[in-house]
Amino acid sequence: MAPVKVFGLKMSTNVARVLVCLEEVGAEYEVVDIDFQAKEHKSPQHLARNPFGQIPAFQDGDVVLFESRAISRYVLRKYSKSAGVDLLREGNLEEAAAVDVWTEVEAQQYNPAVAPIVYECLIHPAMFGAPTNQKLVDECVEKLRKVLDVYEARLSEHSYLAGDFLSFADLSHFPYTHYLMATPYASLFDSYPRVKAWWQGLASRPSAKKLSADMSF
Amino acid sequence: MAMKVYGPAASTNVARVLVCLEEVGLDYELVPVDMTKGEHKSPAHVSRNPFGQVPAFQDGDLILSESRAISKYILRKGGGSHLLREGNLSEAAMVDVWLEVESGQFDSAMSPIVFQCFVVPMFMGGTTDMKVVEENLEKLKKSLEVYEARLSRFKYLAGDFVSLADISHFPMAHYLLVGPHASVIDAYPHVKAWIADIMSRPSVKKVTELMEAAIRMN
Repeated sequence: MAPVKVFGLKMSTNVARVLVCLEEVGAEYEVVDIDFQAKEHKSPQHLARNPFGQIPAFQDGDVVLFESRAISRYVLRKYSKSAGVDLLREGNLEEAAAVDVWTEVEAQQYNPAVAPIVYECLIHPAMFGAPTNQKLVDECVEKLRKVLDVYEARLSEHSYLAGDFLSFADLSHFPYTHYLMATPYASLFDSYPRVKAWWQGLASRPSAKKLSADMSF
Repeated sequence: MAMKVYGPAASTNVARVLVCLEEVGLDYELVPVDMTKGEHKSPAHVSRNPFGQVPAFQDGDLILSESRAISKYILRKGGGSHLLREGNLSEAAMVDVWLEVESGQFDSAMSPIVFQCFVVPMFMGGTTDMKVVEENLEKLKKSLEVYEARLSRFKYLAGDFVSLADISHFPMAHYLLVGPHASVIDAYPHVKAWIADIMSRPSVKKVTELMEAAIRMN
């Protein structure tokens, strides 16, 4: 079986979301770099894979996908059995629902608070020499505190977000949280001991450690 | 015991869940949550949706939040899994792809437009911020170009089969059609026809009526 292809850059958060799932299921994969400087993301070849001209895109034989959470689900469905993992819990209605809820929470609640902090403090300065929009960062930090209040309560009841089992919902948090930890706002987690312990658990997984090596701006 | 959905029918995220219940024909009770009185931030509601938003959902002891997660649960439980295609790896993936696009591109552009054109004047006694509307209409048009290309090749978004990805668009599409910017879809004939197709589904018609009735009451 040919390795699957992930089109994008290893340090990209949304690419890393897919890669952490591939690592967890032990699938063979190849990262095909997309040259943003040369506007390769807007080339006809890449637009055929991702019509919004973004990364990641993904190819497994005839299957071509985009949107990191959709790609991740495909990877987890395809390889879970052979890898002996169950990160989507689709065999159990209630557990699958819990995974879906917390995957949505990451996308709709956590990410909108964390992503601007990461972009303003890390990515924009590194890539464009742009100054940090501190007002935006301060607003997002307040949003994030409210989100972390909910997470702390949840992780006081269960060892992981969807229940007492690791799932895609937890893994989906890895990329942006990795970068948050490289900003001054890493210390926010000190006020949320369960969240901090949960994060440290995720970050110490072999999959996360391996990918972290290529994730810096 | 019937399933319970907590929230106003006029909310797009509540409507998304209601249409799935209608698609599978499961009994449900719509429990009002008066957001004008801050009921969504009450301890009772927050115990169901910890972010103080709508909808919340209850099926026996199971309590869920996040409309797209609730929708999948309802479809799987109620015999609507053909709208998810989870038995087929590549088809299920296409449903997931376009559900992500609905959330990340369509909903994210439509939400500020609907907020400015409906919520601000009708519920907050304010004036529409046309700058916000114009910016988001431009974003929407860029997305609609992609949708037009896709729907020129396939009857529906995930392929030649209707799925949750299509139906998930209906609440915001409804507000687009009844709002001041409906003509934006005229430039995208396949999108226009696809929206008309989705809006003609019996489940969608039923929930549209509930949404309209809820707006009229205000």
